Amino acid sequence: MRSKTLQIFLILLGVLFVALMLLLPLATVLAYALRQGWRIFAAAITDNYAVKALNLTLLAAGITLVVNTTFGIFAAWAITKFRFRGKQALTTLIDIPFSISPIIAGLVFILIFGRIGWAYPLLEAWKVKIVFAVPGIVLATIFVTFPFVSRALIPLMQSQGSDEEEAAALMGAKGLEIFRKITFPHIKWGLLYGVILCTARALGEFGAVSVVSGHLRGKTNTLPLHVEILFSEFRLTAAFAVASVLVVIAVIILILRNIVEYRLKKEEE
Amino acid sequence: MYVELKNLNKRFGGFQASDNISFGIEKGKLIGLLGPSGSGKTTILRMIAGLETPDSGDIFIAGDRVNDLPAAKRGIGFVFQNYALFRYMTVFDNIAFGLTVQKRDKEYIRGRVSELIKLIGLEKMEKRHPHQLSGGQRQRVAFARALAPNPHLLLLDEPFAAIDAKVRKELRSWLRETINKVGITSIFVTHDQEEAVEVADEIIITNSGRVEQVGTPIEIYKNPKTHFAAKFIGESITLADYDKLHGFEKVKGFDRAVLRPEFVHITKVQKELYPHASQRGIVENIFFKGNTLELRVDLGGQKITAYQSLDDASFSVGEEVSVLIYRLYLLGENEVRLEENHSIKSEGSFFI
Ligand SMILES: Nc1ncnc2c1ncn2[C@@H]1O[C@H](COP(=O)(O)OP(=O)(O)OP(=O)(O)O)[C@@H](O)[C@H]1O
Ligand SMILES: [Mg+2]
Repeated sequence: MRSKTLQIFLILLGVLFVALMLLLPLATVLAYALRQGWRIFAAAITDNYAVKALNLTLLAAGITLVVNTTFGIFAAWAITKFRFRGKQALTTLIDIPFSISPIIAGLVFILIFGRIGWAYPLLEAWKVKIVFAVPGIVLATIFVTFPFVSRALIPLMQSQGSDEEEAAALMGAKGLEIFRKITFPHIKWGLLYGVILCTARALGEFGAVSVVSGHLRGKTNTLPLHVEILFSEFRLTAAFAVASVLVVIAVIILILRNIVEYRLKKEEE
Repeated sequence: MYVELKNLNKRFGGFQASDNISFGIEKGKLIGLLGPSGSGKTTILRMIAGLETPDSGDIFIAGDRVNDLPAAKRGIGFVFQNYALFRYMTVFDNIAFGLTVQKRDKEYIRGRVSELIKLIGLEKMEKRHPHQLSGGQRQRVAFARALAPNPHLLLLDEPFAAIDAKVRKELRSWLRETINKVGITSIFVTHDQEEAVEVADEIIITNSGRVEQVGTPIEIYKNPKTHFAAKFIGESITLADYDKLHGFEKVKGFDRAVLRPEFVHITKVQKELYPHASQRGIVENIFFKGNTLELRVDLGGQKITAYQSLDDASFSVGEEVSVLIYRLYLLGENEVRLEENHSIKSEGSFFI
């Protein structure tokens, strides 16, 4: 009986917490954004700068996705299927972006590629601009999100072991064929899961991007930065309208994530 | 010699997993690699297959040194300890894999796979996935998969480890027959001596990374070369004071002796045949072993084990019996010597 009461209490607590801390703010964002009606809302999100910011965000997230998926697969593959010196170190290094503040990540890029950075003269000579430009934003986003895919894959690939791959290799299958026929079917849902998390994080990244962006409206402004600018200019409705676009994307991703997670669980059974 | 290993060494970090391994295998033989867990059996198999590179030493297959030949080019079929079937492929695709990789034509593949499916008796199951099969069926698929590309040498790592006792016996004889039918040189790993003795033409005994002895099961049983081989093959107990047994004296340099239940004969006191060679003991326990009785007898403080046929006279716990020990293995520093009960000889009559 006691455990029953405890169960109800814990569930209620959980629901209440989620409602207060997550649902309420999200609902508030939507409500506030629509406060002055659809027309104002539509105007805010179709505003030239907002659209440009959205495009930049999607571009950065897209490139990040490709780079980090590739990197994540290779890293997880190397770590789980081969024996080499410094493997533990590599595993730890991959996790760095999770443990340091995004602001610091941003500052690191300034220190390397910025006017005071050691790579600046080189970039100057090649006429490449990284800091306060799109490449910087992409780099910062990649940096902040790169552990997601490998983190999702490593436990899966570890549990698979290398027996099946060895069996395939023994029969003459080559690296890519082994990956396609043996490894990939096993990791595909986990991979998708990692990719989704990585995308969600890339779309919403603020800290590191904020440092390297320079906030040039229509040029180096991502959607989250755009929200902040609108907010600091006291254009609250517009700020919330644009924010609600991010919220909608987040909810879609959340749903996708759940579907994938469900498939993953089924796969494990 | 079809397969020959010469002075193979392999270390994992600071651990010597293979210590100067050398042996040879004749073509067409079924060889049992027998040793306790962790003795380096899998490591030997993996080095032959090319899944592991030896630190030093040479591997020859059919007269060619294969050390630098990649695993896929060695013409070896491998059945893994846990089968390692491709879990996202059907039985058919599993067996066909090696041939598909070789890009053989579809017609040939279909023919070869159905032939093998018939061989392993899994007709009508080719569409199933590994998780829809029983342990024994999986084992057979793994076997067929390894055979499909027509390897010259088949390596099986504890092929029956994951299967229950009864099915295991069936599979064992099935494997023996099938390997004979196919006529392929094979090495299988096991840590079950009964399995090795029953199935193998020849046994290689491994212990902590070394080869202890190579020979036919009978040879090893009758003539163990090392302490380990003497104790590992057959049931046995080790005795320190073997000179207390009637008919045996202390031999210099041999501190202990191995006694097998088969070396012991137990009779009623009244029916004692060799009074000088026998001695009295007390029955402490009797175990029913299905087709024999196992007797634990106290022999002046030393406990020994003996077998008793169910047809023979029955004994009871606490009864005084006459114990005759025919022979012992004496364990010296570096040798094992078979010692007969000399009182029997001096009594000059026949013995069984
Ligand atoms: N990749 C490895 N890294 C480190 N040590 C290893 C590795 N592979 C094997 N070993 C060690 O080498 C020794 C021999 O291992 P091996 O797998 O050959 O034993 P085995 O005789 O097959 O045992 P089992 O009967 O339990 O399968 C073990 O002590 C094991 O811990
Ligand atoms: Mg093993």
